Amino acid sequence: MPTVEIAITPQVVKEHGLTPEEYQRILKILGREPNINELGMYSVLWSEHCSYKNSKPQLKKFPTKAPWVLQGPGENAGIIDIGDGLACTFKIESHNHPSAVEPYQGAATGVGGIIRDVFTMGARPIALLNSLRFGELSQGNTPWLLDGVVRGIAGYGNCVGVPTVGGEIYFNKCYQGNPLVNAMCVGIVQSGTQFVHELYGPIMKGVAKGIGNPVVYVGAATGRDGIHGASFASVVLSEESESKKSSVQVGDPFHEKLLLEACLELIRSGAVVAMQDMGAAGLTSSGSEMASRGKVGIELDVALIPAREPHMTPYEFLLSESQERMLVILEKGHEALALAIFQKWGLNAVVIGRVTDDLMFRVLEQGRLVAEVPAASLADDAPIYQRAEQRPAYLDDVQALSENDIPDLTYAQVPAVLQTLLAHPSIASKRYVFEQYDYMVQTNTVQCPAAADAAVLRIKGSDKMLAVSTDCNSRMLYLDPQQGARLVLAEAARNVACTGARPMAVTDCLNWGNPENPEVFWTFARAVEGLAEACRVLETPVISGNVSLYNESPAGAIFPTPVIGMVGVIAAGVRALGSKFQKAGNVIVLVDACTLRPESGLDGLGGSFYLSEWHKIERGLPPQVDLQGEKRLLRFLEVVARDALAQSCHDISDGGLLTALVEMCVDTTFGFDVRTLPKMSRCDRVWFGEHAGWVLLEVPPILLERVKQRAQALKIVELGRVTGSKTETHLLDQALDLAHFEQGYKHALTDALNEPAL
Amino acid sequence: MKIGVLVFPGSNCDYDCYHLAAQVLGAEASFIWHEESHINADLVIVPGGFSYGDYLRCGAIARFTPVMEALRNFSDLGKPVIGICNGFQILVESGLLSGTLLRNTGLRFLCKDVYLRVDSNATPFTSHLALGSILRMPIAHNEGNYFVSRDEYSRLNSNHQIVLRYCDASGASRAESNPNGSYEHIAGVCNARGNVLGMMPHPERASEVLLGNQDGLRLFTGLLKQTVLA
Repeated sequence: MPTVEIAITPQVVKEHGLTPEEYQRILKILGREPNINELGMYSVLWSEHCSYKNSKPQLKKFPTKAPWVLQGPGENAGIIDIGDGLACTFKIESHNHPSAVEPYQGAATGVGGIIRDVFTMGARPIALLNSLRFGELSQGNTPWLLDGVVRGIAGYGNCVGVPTVGGEIYFNKCYQGNPLVNAMCVGIVQSGTQFVHELYGPIMKGVAKGIGNPVVYVGAATGRDGIHGASFASVVLSEESESKKSSVQVGDPFHEKLLLEACLELIRSGAVVAMQDMGAAGLTSSGSEMASRGKVGIELDVALIPAREPHMTPYEFLLSESQERMLVILEKGHEALALAIFQKWGLNAVVIGRVTDDLMFRVLEQGRLVAEVPAASLADDAPIYQRAEQRPAYLDDVQALSENDIPDLTYAQVPAVLQTLLAHPSIASKRYVFEQYDYMVQTNTVQCPAAADAAVLRIKGSDKMLAVSTDCNSRMLYLDPQQGARLVLAEAARNVACTGARPMAVTDCLNWGNPENPEVFWTFARAVEGLAEACRVLETPVISGNVSLYNESPAGAIFPTPVIGMVGVIAAGVRALGSKFQKAGNVIVLVDACTLRPESGLDGLGGSFYLSEWHKIERGLPPQVDLQGEKRLLRFLEVVARDALAQSCHDISDGGLLTALVEMCVDTTFGFDVRTLPKMSRCDRVWFGEHAGWVLLEVPPILLERVKQRAQALKIVELGRVTGSKTETHLLDQALDLAHFEQGYKHALTDALNEPAL
Repeated sequence: MKIGVLVFPGSNCDYDCYHLAAQVLGAEASFIWHEESHINADLVIVPGGFSYGDYLRCGAIARFTPVMEALRNFSDLGKPVIGICNGFQILVESGLLSGTLLRNTGLRFLCKDVYLRVDSNATPFTSHLALGSILRMPIAHNEGNYFVSRDEYSRLNSNHQIVLRYCDASGASRAESNPNGSYEHIAGVCNARGNVLGMMPHPERASEVLLGNQDGLRLFTGLLKQTVLA
């Protein structure tokens, strides 16, 4: 079929999302006008989604190295060494805009993409997590979005057979019209050349090498779906976005499962030089990125690509985001072996090109040249923008909050506040959601969702375990992006540490508004600084991540939302701690790591659920966070688990101390009797303050002295005891109807959705 | 004892069952690819997952594979076969077991622990368990709503082919303890001879101390008396 020549007018350039300056840059690189195929390639590779052109200067602030980091940012996923010849691969990614338009497929393909990023590294994916944010549950299409996203995650992950073991869901009006769907995948890979276990492959990277080596297309056939998905992810959602449905890809988890097994089998065969998922920007990004990393060129012929539809143009082949496809560079001479493996799994595998020495990304159609550009110019030469920063005008207003504005609670009001908080859909039980996910397949799930502060996974082939969690309390960043970011990172590390793990490394998904707005960009820069500082102090480098900008709807920008995926390692022989009470008579201990907290004032209340749900204001300053104290707490919790000094452990976060105590009782037969409280200037700060550095431990009485000795500089308060039944629940001699509160906590979500109770 | 685990495209509990057989039960375990026409094993596990994507109907495509013909011959010899979740669906589709599996009445995939009551010990998997024994095991399925005609149900019941029923912790079968709306709370059935068992819950997910539950192991201990248990 003859290719129609399309003139490159300013209008065509604009429709490709390129600025006149960016177009000039292309002219300079090529020394001529690009044709339409080449323009399309630059358009997607130079989008924010692929190039990080707005965020790169900020991302350089992150610490990315540590002795245990085997692969930092820049690859398909990061890798940390976990010993015993094994390593852990993980990454988080957003699929926000597709999910806003088509929640089922948007979420499903988000899961599919992040799984491929992990197994393309040679790793077997062993866990999925997610972080979901919607507008208020009672508003607009939120129930429909929630239902579609959850079904999409379930439909994909359950079928591929990777358990969805953890996550978080928040509802806030700032996400109305622009929901966030972030998915994280964790895999295990062999760290060296030594064979450890049949489940895992050796580490594979996306670095093309070896002049003349064949370039092989594997997996699903290419269709016209998802063309310009990466560009779509980099514009602000508008009323017309519904018409962008053709930008949303359709997933096939069955195909993904076959691709996963075939790719791991191929990697283990030793025939592979490099491999990369055809994800965002499809063939163009995988081809040019692998060539650029290896400082080589790639030549391929699109006419050889298996197509789902007739008469597809080179432009469509280059930009399609059809799912479940991989580009593989093979060791020359191993073609037959590779094709046999894919044939066994019933998958396409076609040699479509070769590695060249001329550094060009050259595209042919039946031998006729249709595009030729320097590979590195696509992958690495996108313009970098130093965006203007300006402190947002709203900050002074929302941060201003004096004690007189907030009347303290009387003791009699405490139960009513508790009931309100427990029934808030962001705090209430998410059982209705996570029971739709297969969280047990692969038989590694040691701590199930809601049973501990992080999911705990056995690692087949090792005596160690992994603890993994996703976290982000974005309201704190809205009030103070830098402090909020410190808090988010500290909480993520604390959650993982509460199981007995040492937090090792971070993957981050930075969801923000339009970076071209200086006020939005100021919050981005401050948050990155806050995260970077906390990562440095807590010794948890950032090893992979994703930036999702332009998260705005007609109502405005979302809260700054840097979702943190934290991975920790539990040492061999250590029993992981859950967050549920285990035995009546055990002592409930509050551990406090913060030395910066002022005695008076509102510290702990700013940005709390108590203020937003009881006083109906989202104001104040986030709580003080003492990063050195947090680090002491992390090491202390590791010792507590190692020496089996506690039987359960729970971080205090959304809803404060009293919410945390109730959460420790849910799904058990126990209650609590609290007789002593930490000294504070106000009653509401004690019960509902969301203080950083607060953790609850359940300690057998005979071990209490040892816990105190081990705590050293950390403050310890003995709050009271675990009691044998719900009816024996007391707060300072006042009886509390615990069963009633638990009912509210359990049923809030299903009630709001008009679903049958669980 | 040799335990064979069938593998179809889309099986995803195959390795879990292999791990159960090899690591937990200490048996000689092997995978049997769907294109194979011969089975060399003493016991066969048809594992869970989404064979062929469950795209036509769960198990409907897998039944046409060469290995299912071999499995029919294997079961005709009276050798033990257990189909779990999608494996149960495949056994039903291939006619080795009667009934069918409809969508859960809640129309959602459901992953949770359930209680099961042993209502027949006419299978090698339950022969050593007392009638009325209560087991806790997880389910994870979208189509686990077992259905048979009333006549067929009567036949199965009188022939001791209803092996497992959903129940509560005390052993009572009630609507609230039935997770998927299955007919007469049926969670697992066997063939007339008793050597082929199909069940929706996952014993392989409840067979290790580390995973907090070993009730699943009890279905295999009778068969493996000679084997040292891990």
